[in-house]
Amino acid sequence: MNLVLDIAWTHVRTRARQTLVAIAGVATGVGFSIMMAALMEGSQDDFIKTLVNALPHISISDERSRPTLQPGEEAFSAAEIHGLTPAVRRRGIKNPMATMAALEAWVPGAVTPSVQSKGLLRYAGRDVAVSITGIDPRTEGKVSALIAQMRQGSLPALYRATNAIILGDRLADKLSAKVGANLTIAGSGTIRINGTVVGTFHSGMRQIDENSAYVLMKTAQILENQTGLVNEIRVRLADAMAARDVAQQIAAETGYKSVSWQEAQEDLLSTIQVRNILMYTIVGAILLVAAFGTYNIISTITHEKARDIAIMKSLGFNERTVRRIFVIEALLIGFVGAAFGWALGYLLCRGLGTVEIRTPFSDFNYLPLAYTIRHYLLATLVALVSSMVAGYFPARRAAGVHPVEIIRGAT
Amino acid sequence: MSEILIEARKVTRILPGIVPVTLVQDVDLKIVPREFVAITGVSGSGKSSLLYLLGLLDFPTEGDVLIRGQSTSRMPEDERARVRLAELGFVFQFHFLLPEFSLTENVGLPMRALGALSAGEIRDRAEALLDSLGLADHRSKRPDQISGGQRQRVAVARALANDPPVILADEPTGSLDSKSTEQVFQLLRSLVDERGKTIVAVTHDLELASRMDRQVRIADGRIVAIEKATRAHA
Repeated sequence: MNLVLDIAWTHVRTRARQTLVAIAGVATGVGFSIMMAALMEGSQDDFIKTLVNALPHISISDERSRPTLQPGEEAFSAAEIHGLTPAVRRRGIKNPMATMAALEAWVPGAVTPSVQSKGLLRYAGRDVAVSITGIDPRTEGKVSALIAQMRQGSLPALYRATNAIILGDRLADKLSAKVGANLTIAGSGTIRINGTVVGTFHSGMRQIDENSAYVLMKTAQILENQTGLVNEIRVRLADAMAARDVAQQIAAETGYKSVSWQEAQEDLLSTIQVRNILMYTIVGAILLVAAFGTYNIISTITHEKARDIAIMKSLGFNERTVRRIFVIEALLIGFVGAAFGWALGYLLCRGLGTVEIRTPFSDFNYLPLAYTIRHYLLATLVALVSSMVAGYFPARRAAGVHPVEIIRGAT
Repeated sequence: MSEILIEARKVTRILPGIVPVTLVQDVDLKIVPREFVAITGVSGSGKSSLLYLLGLLDFPTEGDVLIRGQSTSRMPEDERARVRLAELGFVFQFHFLLPEFSLTENVGLPMRALGALSAGEIRDRAEALLDSLGLADHRSKRPDQISGGQRQRVAVARALANDPPVILADEPTGSLDSKSTEQVFQLLRSLVDERGKTIVAVTHDLELASRMDRQVRIADGRIVAIEKATRAHA
């Protein structure tokens, strides 16, 4: 075996206790960094996932980005006209079926139409104002998580009763309406119809569960007193992160307002950025502490070997060789420590993953953890670099000392 | 005129500091082959410092040390290390063996650092050296498993590893009892007489010094006397 490797190996092998302590130190640092990173990123991912799942990736609505041109403005483009009352146009996306067909042709994902309406539900003397969404049960499932959120009944049940309606579970509790109950739905105009509850859903978001109801598109159109109305097209993309670009493209092609989930949740996303900074600060701090721990242990070992360094130098070993011995020892400890750290980190993650949590605000029952090789590599890199530095600098100092100073000190 | 192995020319060594300490001053000394030289003096006289300078372990503040006629004052550290490895062997008052390695491995270290021999040859030679110094039974033991006298003999074996012409010894018997002292002295004596080595040994034991070939007496960093020993040398 190579002389340098042989000496390094003999040192770490024969001082088993010290080596084990050093390895344990490195492993603890690496393990806990991995765990913290997994925890932070896991909760982050989970947060975004819940957010993205609860919303359409892109929502195309009938709002034009600017009021339509008035006939006077069209005729006299140079003239500035004040005091016009814009003509009232029929609401809704024009020719929705053709628009949807065009979108389906190129958008990488699923598309479903919906009708937004506001209304008042009345049952057993209780009134609750709700937002009512008219949906197409055949395509809704491809875009939203509604099917998975159904607690009672199912989406096709909407076809099985006159003016069938699906309520959020908290809304149903508020009204004390059970499946099969007949209630009154008052639309925004003077329209008033009787409906039948055919199911309940639970999204996990309190606001939605308390204030939303689903009906067929046709029913919502009746409530809005406008047949053929579609005022929102929702899109679910295969890649949620592409929503911003696709939304812009849709706006450019259709002229309708097209909002990606990122834009709709800008405030939440800025909170996430704060969290991101927080996360990287914490993980960075842990890595730094781990690096110092590694540095401390390995530099102590190297300092203790100052006498051996003097002996080797007096025999005629050159400085480079001596330095290399200690850097290799440090790297050996770093590597083995990092390997144990991987195991420790993984086990800690698995352990944390079994911790059950209950909160009234959300549905996840277990701590969300992210398992990614990136964390392991990052922690390993930091451990190796700090071990190497920890071996190099004390060894360089010890190797730079004249052996005479140490030999004199010993005699 | 015989070849000069080590030559000190006007060597001065001053330890810098608030109050600079002069360890060695204006020393001229020539060491020729096959001689056993004692450097004596009271403690603090500078005898060890002179030995370190001769052995290239320390840098002279002024003057020059020549090894086989080659100046070393401008030599880079790596080359000085190379000269120590190939031309000089060291024995200190304390054995300074590496505690984690067996005796054979300790003796093999300088050979491996020099890199002239194969692993097998190195082991054979290390074992042969240990055997010739009466340590055949202890080859695979570690330094803390043998006596002080034995350790010092291992240190001598290690000094002989690369077969250097010169061995420098700093109080080689300083930490030994009288019996071990005699054994180690006889060993050194035989290296000069039988193997043709040159030995420069620092000692405060005047009785031992008188049994060497030449005695260089040091006081306050200067040579005060050089005496030929009374013992006739063949």
